[in-house]
Amino acid sequence: MNKYLSFFRLRFIMGLQYRAAALAGIVTQFIWGFMEILVFRAFYTANKAAFPMTFTAMTSYIWLQQAFLAFFMAWFMEEEIFDAIINGNIAYELCRPIGIYEMWFSRSVSNRLSRAVLRCSPILIVAVYLPRAYRLSAPKGWLEFVMFIVTMLLGLLVTVAFCMLIYILSFFTISPQGLRILFLSCSEFFSGGVIPLPFFPDRIRAVMELQPFASMQNVPLRIYSGDITGDQMIKAVLMQIFWLCVLIGVGKQICRSVEKKIAVQGG
Amino acid sequence: MIIMENVCKSYKVVKRNAGFKEACKTLFRRDYETIHALSEVSFTIADGEMVGYIGPNGAGKSSTIKILSGILKPESGTCHINGLVPWENRIRHVRDIGVVFGQRTQLWWDVPVIDSFELLKDIYSIPSEIYQSNMEDLTRLLDLREFLKTPARQLSLGQRMRCEIAASLLHSPKILFLDEPTIGLDAVSKLAVREFILRLNEIHKTTVILTTHDMQDIEALTRRILLIGKGKILMDGTLADIKSGNSSIDETVAELYRSYDV
Repeated sequence: MNKYLSFFRLRFIMGLQYRAAALAGIVTQFIWGFMEILVFRAFYTANKAAFPMTFTAMTSYIWLQQAFLAFFMAWFMEEEIFDAIINGNIAYELCRPIGIYEMWFSRSVSNRLSRAVLRCSPILIVAVYLPRAYRLSAPKGWLEFVMFIVTMLLGLLVTVAFCMLIYILSFFTISPQGLRILFLSCSEFFSGGVIPLPFFPDRIRAVMELQPFASMQNVPLRIYSGDITGDQMIKAVLMQIFWLCVLIGVGKQICRSVEKKIAVQGG
Repeated sequence: MIIMENVCKSYKVVKRNAGFKEACKTLFRRDYETIHALSEVSFTIADGEMVGYIGPNGAGKSSTIKILSGILKPESGTCHINGLVPWENRIRHVRDIGVVFGQRTQLWWDVPVIDSFELLKDIYSIPSEIYQSNMEDLTRLLDLREFLKTPARQLSLGQRMRCEIAASLLHSPKILFLDEPTIGLDAVSKLAVREFILRLNEIHKTTVILTTHDMQDIEALTRRILLIGKGKILMDGTLADIKSGNSSIDETVAELYRSYDV
């Protein structure tokens, strides 16, 4: 357990070190949040009836998405891991008495967790004090809030389990660029990162809510404002757990066969 | 105790001529060449021995070290290190070995060296007292006190290599594999590293396997030499066996390579 906490501590220290980057990130997220809200507001005023969520649910979705961006952005990956695969530093990783999968998984989780913890407070604080129409509102109730936290953590784990697949597949392709571009586009779109899933036509949405990307940010952000309730909420949580098990299972399986065949090049 | 028997390893390498046309051709068909990195490599190393593993470039030294570390699996042959097969029991095996790959880095780039050390302490589950005492010994003997708090990226190569060596010894491994540890180091750093490894072997009886092109390292540290060339072990003897007359050690070794035609 200590090993995993150690990664978190190290990442946290690194995050604190790069202050300009943190500041730049926070400013970007504010601007992005405002932009998205204004765009959706334009749609809302154009046709209230066609809007599938309440506008307050929408603003909460956007602000929480920005505050906890580090959790769910699938395109944010450990450059060090890719570099290690390309330049051979993987040799050292394999000389540690810890499974590669476990090590990289905990590194990714620590990285995202430490980033989010560092950057979420300014955004959350400001978003709470915005004018009523644009603010982050309180969660619908205590149950919703607790489920929000639970599903957010599950969503984080699903995102990381998915990223692990990309790291491991990079062993086969050496250069990760192709994989990253492919999955980057898919994941942003299918997880409700571009537009929330409720905006999709009903039949397409039914299918989209079953794929792994929907178990990332889509579930917690909508539970918070009561967009998903009751039975649907339970179904969503079960989907998250299902995808988590599948992604980890597949990942570990491929990782095992990779470890056996790995060839570190160069002397 | 390290026992290697008849280990063979080949690599498939893509060969291609220069030029745009050739690059296009390889979209459809690739020409592979098989490099026989290791052929029937066998040797035994007892506990506490210091062995120099030398050979010309491309002889198979790094491949051997990778196999001994458990990160590479040979095609045939057996290898037992203290009763374990390295690549089959990787996690248990690596707990007791230290590795320094001279051309790669194990320190986290952006954070102070001491943070990388603390992380290694947790990864290897080193008990606090042992960690503290090892840290003190290593800091004193390798003269690290001044830059333990500096991020690795701001260290000079000599300073970084000393930290890398310290990092690989925090968990008191019984065997230390050094793959070109003094590459790029200045005279002072080289002497410090050699002094340190000798002390380590004396006090802790650590088995040391040293791969290097720096013959002064070999002279200073090892009594036994394994010469590998084109994937085969050509000689298993002492420095005295190959030294003759008054030629410098580099000339002696070059002559040695020529005589074996490698």
